Amino acid sequence: MSFVAEEYDVCVVGAGHAGCEAALACARLGLETIVFTVSIESIALMPCNPNIGGSSKGHLVREVDALGGQMGINIDRTFIQSKMLNVSKGPAVHSLRAQADKAEYSREMRRTLEQAEHLTIRQAEVTELIVEDGAVKGVKTFSGASYYSKAVVLCTGTYLKSRCLYGDVVNYTGPNGLQAANGLSDSLREHGIELFRFKTGTPARVDSRSIDFSKMQEQKGDSTVVPFSFTTNPKDVQIEQVSCWLTYTNGKTHGIIRENLDRSPLYSGMIEGTGPRYCPSIEDKVVKFSDKERHQVFIEPEGLSTNEMYVGGMSSSLPEDVQYEMYRTVAGLEHVKIVRNAYAIEYDCINPRQLYPTLEFKAVKGLFSGGQFNGSSGYEEAAAQGLVAGINAAMSVKGKELLVLDRSTSYIGVLIDDLVTKENREPYRMMTSRAEYRLLLRQDNADLRLSKIGYEVGLIPKERYEWVLEKERLIEKETERVQQVKIGANPLVQKLLEEHGSAPLKTGANLAELIRRPELSYGILAEIDQERPDLPEEVAEQVNINIKYDGYIKRQLKQVKDFKKLEHKKLPEHFDYSQVSGLRIEAKQKLNLYQPVNVGQASRISGVSPADISVLLVYLEQMYRKEGQKS
Amino acid sequence: MKTDTIAAIATAMANSGIGIVRISGEEAFSVIDKIYHPKKGNKILSQAASHTVHYGYIYDGDKVVDEVMVLVLKSPNTYTREDTVEIDCHGGTLVLTRILETAVKFGARLAEPGEFTKRAFLNGRIDLSQAESVIDVINAQNDFALESSLRQLQGTVKQEVQKIRGKLLHEIAFIESALDDPEHISMEGYGDRLLGTVEDLSCQISSLVSSSENGILLKEGINTVIIGKPNVGKSSLMNLLAGEERAIVTDIAGTTRDALREQINLNGITLNVVDTAGIRDTEDKVERIGVDRAKSYLGQADLVLFMVDSSACLDKDDEEILSLLSGKNDGKKVIVLLNKSDLGQAVTEDLVRAQMGQDGMGYPILTVSVKDGKGMEGLEQAIKEMFFHGDLSLHNEIYITNVRQKSALQSALCSLSMVKQSIEDRMPEDFYSIDLTDACEELGNITGESVGEDLVNEIFSKFCMGK
Repeated sequence: MSFVAEEYDVCVVGAGHAGCEAALACARLGLETIVFTVSIESIALMPCNPNIGGSSKGHLVREVDALGGQMGINIDRTFIQSKMLNVSKGPAVHSLRAQADKAEYSREMRRTLEQAEHLTIRQAEVTELIVEDGAVKGVKTFSGASYYSKAVVLCTGTYLKSRCLYGDVVNYTGPNGLQAANGLSDSLREHGIELFRFKTGTPARVDSRSIDFSKMQEQKGDSTVVPFSFTTNPKDVQIEQVSCWLTYTNGKTHGIIRENLDRSPLYSGMIEGTGPRYCPSIEDKVVKFSDKERHQVFIEPEGLSTNEMYVGGMSSSLPEDVQYEMYRTVAGLEHVKIVRNAYAIEYDCINPRQLYPTLEFKAVKGLFSGGQFNGSSGYEEAAAQGLVAGINAAMSVKGKELLVLDRSTSYIGVLIDDLVTKENREPYRMMTSRAEYRLLLRQDNADLRLSKIGYEVGLIPKERYEWVLEKERLIEKETERVQQVKIGANPLVQKLLEEHGSAPLKTGANLAELIRRPELSYGILAEIDQERPDLPEEVAEQVNINIKYDGYIKRQLKQVKDFKKLEHKKLPEHFDYSQVSGLRIEAKQKLNLYQPVNVGQASRISGVSPADISVLLVYLEQMYRKEGQKS
Repeated sequence: MKTDTIAAIATAMANSGIGIVRISGEEAFSVIDKIYHPKKGNKILSQAASHTVHYGYIYDGDKVVDEVMVLVLKSPNTYTREDTVEIDCHGGTLVLTRILETAVKFGARLAEPGEFTKRAFLNGRIDLSQAESVIDVINAQNDFALESSLRQLQGTVKQEVQKIRGKLLHEIAFIESALDDPEHISMEGYGDRLLGTVEDLSCQISSLVSSSENGILLKEGINTVIIGKPNVGKSSLMNLLAGEERAIVTDIAGTTRDALREQINLNGITLNVVDTAGIRDTEDKVERIGVDRAKSYLGQADLVLFMVDSSACLDKDDEEILSLLSGKNDGKKVIVLLNKSDLGQAVTEDLVRAQMGQDGMGYPILTVSVKDGKGMEGLEQAIKEMFFHGDLSLHNEIYITNVRQKSALQSALCSLSMVKQSIEDRMPEDFYSIDLTDACEELGNITGESVGEDLVNEIFSKFCMGK
């Protein structure tokens, strides 16, 4: 039976990591928001690895936090182990990763959603989009109820027409045996939206009581934990942590896998979807890297209130009997009991080329999307997009200018630009090498980079923003002071240098020069810097980085300046590029297909040459001058 | 570091007494200050008044490149509306390209085709009605440049650049994999290993740079054809120039049936020499084809080496060739070689000049003995002079391509030296990949590849990572 149920400002479809951020953002911006999920129990579910963050993903979480998102706060409240990765490397690649108590993570996020004003949670499968005159008007559920709204955010994750596979077993479910969403794909196609079929996978969960940890290496968390959220008091995260464990596959494991390859749906051709290369199943690793004698396996706890352990590094879609055999060859897993099988999952997602960098569909006004539905992978990538899609859904309802984060502002900007601009043939994962200005986009300065935007959008409170401004001022002042301080070649100085294995001074030196020595730092030199003001640690850290990597930072700032020039040249919407004479045919086709928002984005589309960009610039200038003549 | 200040040769490179190199952009004056010294005094051009002319020298470091007049034009009253410098120098390909190279070395960027015009338009200097023609200029020239830069690259050079680039890409992929997956991939002792690799690759790039000094990065050279009636010693000259026995030499007239090609480097000037079948009226079918071909090569040649047996009188075959040469002199240059001077002289320079009439007045006529290797210095000298005076030239674009490639190689080299510096300064490993990536991009500019997706592919195919 069809009926109109309710009216909202925004409908969010899906309550995973993207959906939660989108729904919270809209509700916090004062819009009446409803979030649909096929199962209330699956809010902020972590169906794969039990951690948040990691290289470059940790950056995303920090950025989500700086913009006023929830992921950082939620993991700070529910982590059971935390580590800063890459600490021996440069500050740009330091990255936080925390093990989550999965059940707590999910429960805590659900609590946050339930307590949010203006937010309604609804368990129902959305099966149809309501679109009128090229604009979205709401959604319809499986039961026939219509929910009208001014904007819709799709965050369906891996649930669209999903099926889970191992061996010859096929379950037509979403992850973890949850109900799949089978209706929406067809409705999307009806509205002209192009879909891809992607695939990913997860390893088995095993019973910790059946593991011999004495055969594995213990992996502990950091002794001092750094929180994800800029709002979390560091004192609150110094908790007792649990360990992860490291073990390895061996020749026997690989032998079993090779013998049974023909029984894997990946190799038998049963799986049509495109899987990610960065997250290969163990059978992929054995085949592609056949010269490797062993692969690492991380045994990670799924939470404090469960015996389940995640077998990191051994995702698979081999048949159940082979899974038993294979896992039991690994040192420490000889008698392992499997709680949940490893499986591969296939699902529908969109070709993200159809989105603007605001994450709004070019073809359907008011329709936004985020997360794995957009062809990405990972909880953090999902949350980042969900937040931007949510913010922009809210901006569009309020009739305000939509938010675009460009590549020079954030990893989020890189993520979205890559998704909407580049040809994407596998689930997209964030990597630090994708961020060309990564020296500027550090996890330690995400608040400095993005708080202003978060504040202007309305998700960061005034006091928090004012502290960031104050911090900025302190950093600038101190960086300047340090460059002026002269250090004499006196015995106290020489002694300190010697203690740190640094060459003694022949004549006086500038304090900044000393900070730049690899064995020294701003902190170490405190005792010979008499005039140093008392500053918070987070300010001192920024001063140290600014001085130490000054040359590289300036270089990237200059590159950003050049980059911005083309980003500021806007292109018209729904423009027919075939009328621009001088563009090559391939460029015309690609530009028509992608409809880039500015010349910078156009220049990153494969098949558009620098000459095409020149032509475009001349054409634009010509167009604007003609318009100028008219008015 | 490169700025967005552009430089290009503004005049045609061939056959002119004067050439102009133009520099435009914010850094135009800072570039000229680095390469210009006045004849007298210490005047700095960035301090000079707009629209003034200055006399002095262009220097590449401490080496003088040319004696020049420099026109200082300050924004906005210039063609591009940007600060502009025009260097009036001697015409001729070598001088012009050297000055252009020097400007690029000291901070300018080689202009893209049509870029001055594009800037003039975008900065409002050119009228709206001309927009279409601006687009045409960008396009026409660009198609040519794109095509030529790849086509002209010598196969072996391209392979070498690709190989070096591949190795750099591999190192970047390793670093990036280790950063993305630090628990799987260790960087223990990596700096020292990378230092060795970077030094190796720097050597290889350096040697490519020095080959580019001689212009042999490019496939094309001056199309040179050796022509003459049978058995005057054409193939012997070819062998002498090539320094090896390429052509079969006998005393039987008509031994060379088809044209032989050889690339020869003469004091840094690349000649594509074609040895042709001797031209005579012949009944032999195969020889006939060879003769026809020789005539068609004559049509394509930039430089003709016309060989005469000076020990015997000119006959009707010689006269036929002379008429071929004098008939349509479309800019091609001729050197007449009076060979077999060791066998006594029946033909003199005056005789040949008389025979050639008006056309022959300017051609060098040299007496040589290929057999004894006599007169070869004279020949080299003559070719060199023609070349330096700009009498002999290739299509401009070829030189520009060479400058472009050379400057890309030099930038790559510079980036690698920054990698070395970072390693020696014990910077963290993620800093290495910044300059390695720059080097890789520069080499990619030569081979037409870009780092982005290549890197991601390299990471996933070579390094096992992930959960």
